[in-house]
Amino acid sequence: MPPRLRGHPLADLHFGDDQPTEAEQAAIDAIVPPADAATVVETERIVRGGRSRRHGLRHLLLPVLHSLQHEIGWISPGGLNGAAERLGVPPAEAYGVATFYELLRTTDPGHRDDVVHLCVDPACAMAGNNDLRTSLEAEGARVHDSPCLGQCERAPALFVQGVGRPDRVPSDDEEDFHLPQAGDPSLRVLRRVGEVDPTSLDSYRDHGGYEALAAAIEMGSDAVIADISDSGLSGRGGAAFPTGIKWRAVADEPGPDKHVVANCDESEPGTFKDRIVCEHDPFAVIESMTIAGLATGSPHGWIYIRGEYPRATARLESAIAQARAAGLLGDDVAGSGQRFDIEVRRGAGAYICGEETALFNSIEGFRGEPRNKPPFPTTHGLFSQPTAINNPETLINVLDIVIEGPDAYRSVGTERSPGTRLFCLSGRIGVPGLYEVPFGTTLGELLDLAGGPTGELGSVLLGGAAGVFVGPDALDMPLTLEDTREAGATLGSGVVTVFDDTVDMEAVVVRIAEFFRDESCGQCVPCRVGTQRQHEVLVELQASGRPLAPERSELIDDMALAMVDASICGLGHTAASAVRSALALGLIGNSS
Amino acid sequence: MSSVATETAVTIRIDGQEVAVPEGATILDACDAAGVETPTICYGPTLTPVNVCRVCVVELDGSRALVPSCSRPAEEGMVVHTDSERVRHSRKMVLEFLATGVDVSQADELGQWAEHYGADPDRYVPGGQTMDEPVRVQDNLYIRDYDKCVLCYRCVEACGDDAQHTYAISVAGRGFGARISTEFDVTLPDSACVYCGNCVAVCPTNALQFKTEFDLRQADDWRPEDQTVTQTVCSYCGVGCNLELHVQDNQIVKCTSPDDHDVTSGNLCIKGRFGWNYV
Repeated sequence: MPPRLRGHPLADLHFGDDQPTEAEQAAIDAIVPPADAATVVETERIVRGGRSRRHGLRHLLLPVLHSLQHEIGWISPGGLNGAAERLGVPPAEAYGVATFYELLRTTDPGHRDDVVHLCVDPACAMAGNNDLRTSLEAEGARVHDSPCLGQCERAPALFVQGVGRPDRVPSDDEEDFHLPQAGDPSLRVLRRVGEVDPTSLDSYRDHGGYEALAAAIEMGSDAVIADISDSGLSGRGGAAFPTGIKWRAVADEPGPDKHVVANCDESEPGTFKDRIVCEHDPFAVIESMTIAGLATGSPHGWIYIRGEYPRATARLESAIAQARAAGLLGDDVAGSGQRFDIEVRRGAGAYICGEETALFNSIEGFRGEPRNKPPFPTTHGLFSQPTAINNPETLINVLDIVIEGPDAYRSVGTERSPGTRLFCLSGRIGVPGLYEVPFGTTLGELLDLAGGPTGELGSVLLGGAAGVFVGPDALDMPLTLEDTREAGATLGSGVVTVFDDTVDMEAVVVRIAEFFRDESCGQCVPCRVGTQRQHEVLVELQASGRPLAPERSELIDDMALAMVDASICGLGHTAASAVRSALALGLIGNSS
Repeated sequence: MSSVATETAVTIRIDGQEVAVPEGATILDACDAAGVETPTICYGPTLTPVNVCRVCVVELDGSRALVPSCSRPAEEGMVVHTDSERVRHSRKMVLEFLATGVDVSQADELGQWAEHYGADPDRYVPGGQTMDEPVRVQDNLYIRDYDKCVLCYRCVEACGDDAQHTYAISVAGRGFGARISTEFDVTLPDSACVYCGNCVAVCPTNALQFKTEFDLRQADDWRPEDQTVTQTVCSYCGVGCNLELHVQDNQIVKCTSPDDHDVTSGNLCIKGRFGWNYV
């Protein structure tokens, strides 16, 4: 952060007459005390100075809005003015940010009740979310339809957004967590999940924790990055970019203003792996981020985590505090002489913020709109500074690579897809849950491992809403980057949602189209309008009960090509993927 | 852009034609230099490219997706296609998409390009979602008709970092529900707006209009063909802003300033823009 300068309050912004109430002021003060208010110094030209100061504090905008939402139940005009003035952000821009997020309200709800978010995505729909809604509403709950809440293995999912009370996930309290593959010696990324006490640094150390950091410090930056490159580790979030190349690029950038970001904003419908990993092995995320920080020479670490993950957030924050107290984070990490520390930022309900550049904008206090690439994050990432951004699964792989070396790492998986992969199984499957298998395991073997399909297998959605449907003939397909690509499929973020032949697939596909319509940031025309029109075509198809007309089929293809070719980011690029695969497989569009 | 030109030249190939442009120039600059016409909506010569409309996309060898020519710097050896099937398709779709939800009847340039690329907005599902916004008439200077808004961000940029540093408006909401808005949609007089009208000057679709133009259009008496434009210098202060007074029936109906004027870059203040009633 730039040094804070003493001076006058910002003079170049206009705030309306609405003032924060006492409670709203307290909610703002809790995040940004009055002494830290944005100011300009006397000699600065007001306009330019105001603007640069604004950027200085603006990364606290989303935390302040969260605080107001949590304490008051909505962001009122007075609350927004108070927050904007404290941070030196124009109120119109603060409003633009507040209205971007699903978990922030900018209209008075007229009550201070908790809001119960009920997942309406495929796994929860199959698990009877409508019945759950009926019973919740009968109890007088305020139910709000939500996109995937990342709890597909225990569907139907709820997230309770508290007003004046902590957010909570009812299933967390009832759960007796048990990993389906518990005790399997072949587990790597999930080795400690369910075994280690996630609230205790000592327990983590007892399970081999922080041996990798010690080894990494001993090896030095270049050797660590060389091993990561040689291991063939690639990103597990969907794009499968080689991690070693990413880290090398950031390490090669000069200066200390560099960042490591853990992208824990998984929101792809059907994905829950980061939640389980962060809840049950949070120190592994912290340790691997620390290795990334030291290896790339980046002193600043950030965790951006879904707002719907209160337990994972609490456990990560606790792990950070314990690591800091033990000298494993801070000015001199584990005696390395290098600085690395981590701040946690909560998302507020926006799928798009899992896109790396949208995530940067979200942390910086701007609307979560993706940036055009190039430039890439390795040179222009968070705060336009060099940034290595990885998701937790990718990061945790680093621990074994550092300890065992790249050859041992490559002993599982395939030549082009080394290592293991996490898969999130849900829907009509015997034992839904998180599984880890070597790359190259076939889809059929994976389904068998999870108890096999319940009922007659209809189709499998690979990679979530941004992925593709495959039919029973794909059971022999090896789950590798190369084989799925060749088959026109994708592993995406590891989603495997299983449908039997009784599921109303038209309803599933209409919902997927609705998901993209709702989650498009609205910035670029192909995606903003394309996702809307695609949904309209599918709603029309569903209502007609007739086969898809040729001119509608052509329209869907035309829209898809424009979204793939001309959208700014991956959301638009993939928004038609599942829809078109469902049509190609004949899952929808054939009614007569 | 050419204003940041250096001595170093970059040579790229556009539709088979070699073009040399200064380092820092964009593909769009190179297209201009090569005499290749490119449709643009969100791009403005005085604004930082936000590359959101995607109508200027071109095909770049080695790039999986099309790239926005307005913001992508030209690099030595690039091979660019501006009239390939993929380019024509995406441009057509962008123009078609906009026409399905927005009133583009007063966006002449858009209409011409839509015709050029064969856009057919009538082939969509009847009754689809549109912008559906009332005209906001909140003062006597300019109106906001968001039914005509294509969300090009140009007004936001002009109000903010690119010209005025007032930040009275932002994009609010998300997806198809995104709108240009003040905080909580408060009226312009209650907002930070200083009525420089620089947003009106950059609007490509007439969603932002002088009140004088709006009133004449309501009365079905807006006749650009009968208008004359008189160049003069603003008389209020000593800065020397060039004014273009648009006159119809011996009355000033709106006031602009040339984008390429070295004092204004198209921008004015409230006095120059709107303070001509005394004439």
